[in-house]
Amino acid sequence: MTAAPGERNGTMPPERKRLSLDFFLRWEWLLAALIAAVIFVNAQLSPFFLSTRNLMRATSDFMEMGLMILPMAFIIITANIDLSVASTLAMSASLLGWLHIQGVNIWIAAAAALLLGLLAGGLNGLLVARARLPALVVTLGTFAFYRGLAFVLLGDQAARGYPASFTFLGQGTVGAIRLPFSAVLFIFFAIVFGLVLHKTTFGRYLYAIGNNEEATRYAGVPVARIKLIIFMLSGFMSALAGIVIAARFGSTRPDVGTGLELAVITATVLGGINIFGGSGTMIGAFLALILIGLMRFGMGLVNVQGQVQSIAIGLLLIFSILVPNVARQLSRRGVAVRRGAVLAAMAMLALAAFFIWFFFWSRVPILNQ
Amino acid sequence: MSAIATGERERRSVFLALVRFRELSIIIFILLLIAVVAANAPAFLTAPNFRNILLNISILTIVALGQTMVIITRGIDLSVSAMIGLVAMMVSFTVVAFPAVPPALAMLLGILLGGILGSFNGLIITAGKVPPIIATLGTLSIYRGMVFLYSGGTWINSFEMPAGYRALAKAAPLGVANIILFAAVVAIAVYFFLNHTRPGRDIYAVGSNPEAARVSGIPVQRTLFMVYVISGLLAGMAAVLWASRFESAQTNTALGFELQTVAAAVVGGVNIFGGSGTVPGVILGAFLLGTIENALILVRISPFWQLAAQGLLILVAVVVDSAIRHRLQQIGGSGELS
Repeated sequence: MTAAPGERNGTMPPERKRLSLDFFLRWEWLLAALIAAVIFVNAQLSPFFLSTRNLMRATSDFMEMGLMILPMAFIIITANIDLSVASTLAMSASLLGWLHIQGVNIWIAAAAALLLGLLAGGLNGLLVARARLPALVVTLGTFAFYRGLAFVLLGDQAARGYPASFTFLGQGTVGAIRLPFSAVLFIFFAIVFGLVLHKTTFGRYLYAIGNNEEATRYAGVPVARIKLIIFMLSGFMSALAGIVIAARFGSTRPDVGTGLELAVITATVLGGINIFGGSGTMIGAFLALILIGLMRFGMGLVNVQGQVQSIAIGLLLIFSILVPNVARQLSRRGVAVRRGAVLAAMAMLALAAFFIWFFFWSRVPILNQ
Repeated sequence: MSAIATGERERRSVFLALVRFRELSIIIFILLLIAVVAANAPAFLTAPNFRNILLNISILTIVALGQTMVIITRGIDLSVSAMIGLVAMMVSFTVVAFPAVPPALAMLLGILLGGILGSFNGLIITAGKVPPIIATLGTLSIYRGMVFLYSGGTWINSFEMPAGYRALAKAAPLGVANIILFAAVVAIAVYFFLNHTRPGRDIYAVGSNPEAARVSGIPVQRTLFMVYVISGLLAGMAAVLWASRFESAQTNTALGFELQTVAAAVVGGVNIFGGSGTVPGVILGAFLLGTIENALILVRISPFWQLAAQGLLILVAVVVDSAIRHRLQQIGGSGELS
């Protein structure tokens, strides 16, 4: 939100001259290198890491997130955002569960859940595209509204007892390596979304809208309709993720997926998709999902709590953008530093040191009780 | 056009004045809501209930005012909820371990710790050039994770807390609960700061046009750093009040609260794209959210409907606000709005 022109999340090469280097300086290569490093470190730390069976089982934990990352990439490339994805997931899964409790056939219930997802995305899209309200504000409202409707549908009960043919969607595996069915679903949609983004006019329009919406509109591109479509896609994919998560757990509660929207946005941005719109690739988003999945899986194997794992994900998100930015600034300006900057840096270091000392010192008396 | 009658012209200037008075639409909305609820629940329009609403929105108002300053600079601070959770836990641990610490010192400690956390945000955003939404999304995860790391999953209960600490938010030596006074003092201070001091005006300048602000010699980076520190200071204050009011510090304290603070600011007319926003507007925004919550309980709507109704009303408020402003803008001619 404070983007100086030309500054881009570290996804854009700083100069156009070094074309041969550009290919290797791409964000995707950095992600690939990080993935290799994570695999190497984890394989050293735990003998269970490189077991295909474990890896495949861990994969299914991240597929709902993956399904929602795909449309989120579209939305963020157009410089919009969708905070309501996890709430849409919960609302659709709750409708599925509620219909199942009423005795409706599970596949009809699933179809209804997908339709509800489309409608939910459609409402977001209408308010953003037609009423011209900021996406952040609209989806903040529907974030509460859709989650609320999930509670209206199921209240304090949980829907359970889904037939085995349905739970296959979340628990079933394919082939000798036991590839989860949800992963097959995700890979299929990842290819479709990737082709649409990189090989179709529609995909080019998304970048155009993200770079300069006004100019794109004057060029005769139906901007409002495209925005409506991508928000409906987001609703649809969130509903699909809701169905998969219901099938994986074998039950549905209205609080399912709470907070998942921030995880989805984190992965999308880590994938090199510019939060200000206009750049990013589907391969980057795909690699970011794999990176986050492997990191969490590896930390879980060495008994790091889930909540503490999120420290590592947060640090990764910040440093992945901070390090290239700082490196570029240093190389551009040289190392000539002002005295004021040195004093400020020392003050910050002192504050950080105090905080760290107090953090570890003040917890001791209570934890020793 | 010379054909315009004097009456017509006068009406235009009245509308222009209304357009400039940005809080109008939200006041209309609050009055409508009050009328509807009062007709259905006699307990609504009473002094104790009004006091109840104020108690409930005090913490929200404090944090939303910090959020507002950040949003005016075109930023966002998603980490406020995690800062509240972490500071509430650290201060509560400290006062339980050292019951002799006076409540005022506990409050100062909370504000200091919040300010340090906020300065980390500011450093990442200004020196690291990380977009605010990403930086604070990251620190949201980090600070929340640190709550678990710090507490080892344990929490502080009401009976463990010293009585003075518990009374900090609720005691009313001046006739009004302290927590409301804290909110009032913060609101007045922020109002004065934003409207009558140079760094305060710089916040608007940086948000309206960062490039122009830089060229005219305003310290843009310092101003940006400052708003994140202020947001942290206020979150730290809110954290101590939170722990004191609810008499507990848990690992999930204030989980999801960041979106409520953004909602209060946005419903209160703060432009999410920066450059504009007022203290009275944000107070009204927080008041509207508090009134909605209170009304739903009084009208005996099932608790399962409350979140949905809240979300729907936020949407309606934003749509109505935008519609009223557009309408006024059309009648009033080319009043500048954003």
